[in-house]
Amino acid sequence: MTFFTFTFYVFAAILVFAGLRVITTRNPVHAALWLVLSFFTAAAIWILLQAEFLAITLVLVYVGAVMVLFLFVVMMLDVNFDSLRRQFRSYLPQGVIVGALVLLEMALAVVSSAIGTTQVAPQLPTGSNTKALGLLLYVDYVYPFEIAAVVLLVAIVAAIALTHRKRKATRYQDPAVQARVRREDRVRIVRMPSEKSET
Amino acid sequence: MSIFTAPTLAHYLVLGAILFAISIAGIFINRRNVIIMLMAIELMLLAVNLNFIAFSRYLGDMSGQVFVFFILTVAAAESAIGLAILVLLFRNVGSIDVEDLDALKG
Repeated sequence: MTFFTFTFYVFAAILVFAGLRVITTRNPVHAALWLVLSFFTAAAIWILLQAEFLAITLVLVYVGAVMVLFLFVVMMLDVNFDSLRRQFRSYLPQGVIVGALVLLEMALAVVSSAIGTTQVAPQLPTGSNTKALGLLLYVDYVYPFEIAAVVLLVAIVAAIALTHRKRKATRYQDPAVQARVRREDRVRIVRMPSEKSET
Repeated sequence: MSIFTAPTLAHYLVLGAILFAISIAGIFINRRNVIIMLMAIELMLLAVNLNFIAFSRYLGDMSGQVFVFFILTVAAAESAIGLAILVLLFRNVGSIDVEDLDALKG
């Protein structure tokens, strides 16, 4: 067993264990942390598969941004998580059965079609994985790339528009009203006769 | 140690299948807690991405990695909007229990 093989099995074991802990742990914060571990281990496996750029992207975007977002939301919501697990036991057999069936079907499909047993990994072109991916992304897939950018923009706008709320207490300016103001709204001319002097 | 052979494409595909099955089971057994369900969906996308990268490596085609790139983008957008909806839900309903979300039942 070479060191490469050994690393693969260690990472695979850690990944499966972390995945199991994500769905079985009691505390959502712990679940998020186990999910961080599984993302990190998956990134390591992607490096074994020579996809370095995507591995780093997974660590930066998922571990760095998405999981922090998850943790923010978990800690922001004041939820009694124990009450959400009341019927955990009753759902358990159903979940295990469905998961086992899905796993069985997929494993059967992989094994029976003999994918991989004959497949030998070709020698990838030497050079930077990032450069190869960038050439492909900016030349062949440039329009999907632009659409992905728009998707991200829509996500930003939607997330802000959904969660933004006007606070009644805060005072804020309305520039339209300010620009529309006329002299009569602000200045009231009071005409009053001048007082006679007493002498 | 004959079962621990050098990893082939099938090893990565089976690993992806195991992760996918775990996350499907997770959606079933945590079906009251929306946050854990979102996490299970993220795990599912990770399994799919693992398959894409394994195929990309073993077929010698970089396009698979481009697809993973797009999946990562869409998944990030999905989780951002999903969590925003979750916050909104908690603000309006006061709970993230799926059983309480029956306003559309009619």
